[in-house]
Amino acid sequence: MEPIHYLVLSSIVFSIGFLGIFINRKNIITILMSIELMLLSANINFVGFSYTLDDLSGQIFSLFILLVAAAEAAIGLAILMIFFKKSGSISIDKISNLKG
Amino acid sequence: MFFLSIFLPLLSFFICVSLKDFFKSQQLSFISCSLLFMASVCSLLSLIGLKIEEEKVIILGNWISSGSLDLNWAIQLNLLTGSMVLMVNFVSTLIHIYSVGYMNKDPKNILFMGYIGLFTFFMLFLVSSSNLVQLFLGWEGVGLTSYLLIGFWNYKDSANKAALKAFIANRVGDFGLLLALFSIFIIFGTLNINEIMVLVNSHVDTYFEFLGARIHAITLICILLFVGCMGKSAQFGLHVWLPDAMEGPTPVSALIHAATMVTAGVFLLIIMSPLLEASSFSRDFILIIGSITCLFASSVAIFQNDIKRIIAYSTCSQLGYMFMAIGASAYSAAYFHLLSHAFFKALLFLGAGCVIHSMSDEQNIKKMGGLFNKIPLTYFTMLIGSFSLLGLPFFSGYYSKDIIIELLYLSESKFSFYFFLASVLGVLFTSIYSVRLLIYVFHGKSNSDEKVIAHIHESPMIMIIPLVILSSFAVFFGMFSQSFFFGSDHLDNWSQLMHINKKVDEFYIYENVPTLFRKLPLIMIVIGSSMCFLLYFSFRKSVLPFFKVNFSWIFSFFKNKWYIDELYEKLILRPTIYLGKGFWKSIDKDLIDNLGPDGISRVIQSFSLVVSRLQSGYLYHYVLSVVIGLTLLISLYNYIF
Repeated sequence: MEPIHYLVLSSIVFSIGFLGIFINRKNIITILMSIELMLLSANINFVGFSYTLDDLSGQIFSLFILLVAAAEAAIGLAILMIFFKKSGSISIDKISNLKG
Repeated sequence: MFFLSIFLPLLSFFICVSLKDFFKSQQLSFISCSLLFMASVCSLLSLIGLKIEEEKVIILGNWISSGSLDLNWAIQLNLLTGSMVLMVNFVSTLIHIYSVGYMNKDPKNILFMGYIGLFTFFMLFLVSSSNLVQLFLGWEGVGLTSYLLIGFWNYKDSANKAALKAFIANRVGDFGLLLALFSIFIIFGTLNINEIMVLVNSHVDTYFEFLGARIHAITLICILLFVGCMGKSAQFGLHVWLPDAMEGPTPVSALIHAATMVTAGVFLLIIMSPLLEASSFSRDFILIIGSITCLFASSVAIFQNDIKRIIAYSTCSQLGYMFMAIGASAYSAAYFHLLSHAFFKALLFLGAGCVIHSMSDEQNIKKMGGLFNKIPLTYFTMLIGSFSLLGLPFFSGYYSKDIIIELLYLSESKFSFYFFLASVLGVLFTSIYSVRLLIYVFHGKSNSDEKVIAHIHESPMIMIIPLVILSSFAVFFGMFSQSFFFGSDHLDNWSQLMHINKKVDEFYIYENVPTLFRKLPLIMIVIGSSMCFLLYFSFRKSVLPFFKVNFSWIFSFFKNKWYIDELYEKLILRPTIYLGKGFWKSIDKDLIDNLGPDGISRVIQSFSLVVSRLQSGYLYHYVLSVVIGLTLLISLYNYIF
């Protein structure tokens, strides 16, 4: 396998996640999932290059990223729960508290 | 000893101000009067202990030491300052005692005692200082206390206005004095009075270059000094505050606006006399202003109806005499008149205070009359004061004023005869207003309502005793001390302290002034008082109304004080207000505020509105901007490296 294949795959995954963030205008859970996708694309890169270069540290790094992603998902969902309790909706269109 | 005589009044001030809540007002009045009495005794003792030509300088500490400027806190004791300090302390003591009676019912009377104590201290400080900066401190201090005391009854709007007017008019003069001090420092390099006197001769030919004009330095200094004196001593031009200052309590008028503070200008010019001798132009200038003041004030006094204002204008004209004496290089005569004037003018003011007191605070002389047998002691003392002011023979005013008039005749100025005539005319006016005052207040029919008449009473003893003491001085002071100021054997005493023309002594005057001219003031007094008597007793019904109808413009001209106040209002006040309003509206509000604080805040506001529109609150907008930014950064990075 050429490294180019990993890169193409990870770019596709990253773009799907990226587009998912702002094409999607419905709810926040989708955004969280998109972020997970973007992290995943980074993981693919790490693993692919670790294989190509024969270096284990890339794979260890991807384990760390998974860990961080899990923690982030947990915190994100917790925030979401509380936000839902408070405002009764998780629709993105309605969340514009930061508006200046 | 001399130290005590200056600082005891200050102690009185601190005691009165700080302890006024802990002691009864009577106790504190007693304390402050006795402190002042002790100060008078101290100054008398220190003057007696002083050898005639001795000069003591007591240095209290270093004040300013910067470059070549080296000033000490120092008080100076010599014949001149010692006698002036004695006079101030003495008059002030009497006025302290008088005010205990006069301010009896005033709730703030202790504060009043404190203020006049403070005033006395500043005046003594001014008189006894050995350098001009310390003198300036005293000068400003008396200005401050004068302000406080004129506005003492601050619930009256007119009192506040008068206090402000006095302060501002004095500010103009003080500016002149400050400029004089600066130029003295530039020319002489020192501000110590004795050192300046030594250096005068070496700077007679010094000139200032200013905008291409060559100005004789000493003349400039003298003129500036005189501008300062014009403010403080109420000379024509800056006199406007003195009549209005009569809003203050009467003891204040007696102490500050007759006996002491207004003579500070005369005193300053006397101690700077060697400077004045180096500049004949400035002496002519002083003569002109002095003679105008003398004529102006005495002529206006004839047409006033307020008893205190009449005496205030009289003070103004007597100060004119003093300045004329200075202009004629007769410094010891000016000093002699200063001292004798202090006694009889304080007496007149205190007497007027007694009259006002017994007339239930009535000040209009047209509403008085027939008081002579109801308040005989006051009448008697006022009579003595007026005679002394007129210069009737053997009263002290006679000696001091006549000698000024004779010396004016002998003065070196080109127009000496004109000044002589002006001073004689001043005597005529003086006699008219004095006699008019006496007639209106004490003789004729009573014009007040019955309530006031029923209440007329002689003032308490505590107010009469100072009057009696002062009147004895108003009678005898001139007689006994004349030879001390003009005797040929005493002229040497003064020549160290001021410029003395040794040629001019009693005999010289006697030989060189024609008899007719020597008797002219006396003739004028007779003419003036007989005119008054005729007008008010014989022709009251016929002549006076005729004049009032046909020459009403003369009456209103003098009644409105030559329209000086109105002139100032038109020429200075209005334009200043317009200018101020213009600056306020167009420069301050429209230009500075608009471009400065207001403008900047407006710009920031509108800019932040624009920026805040970027904050849409939608997450995907932020993400988009993050991505765009990242892309830009990366492409920039690629482009550069």
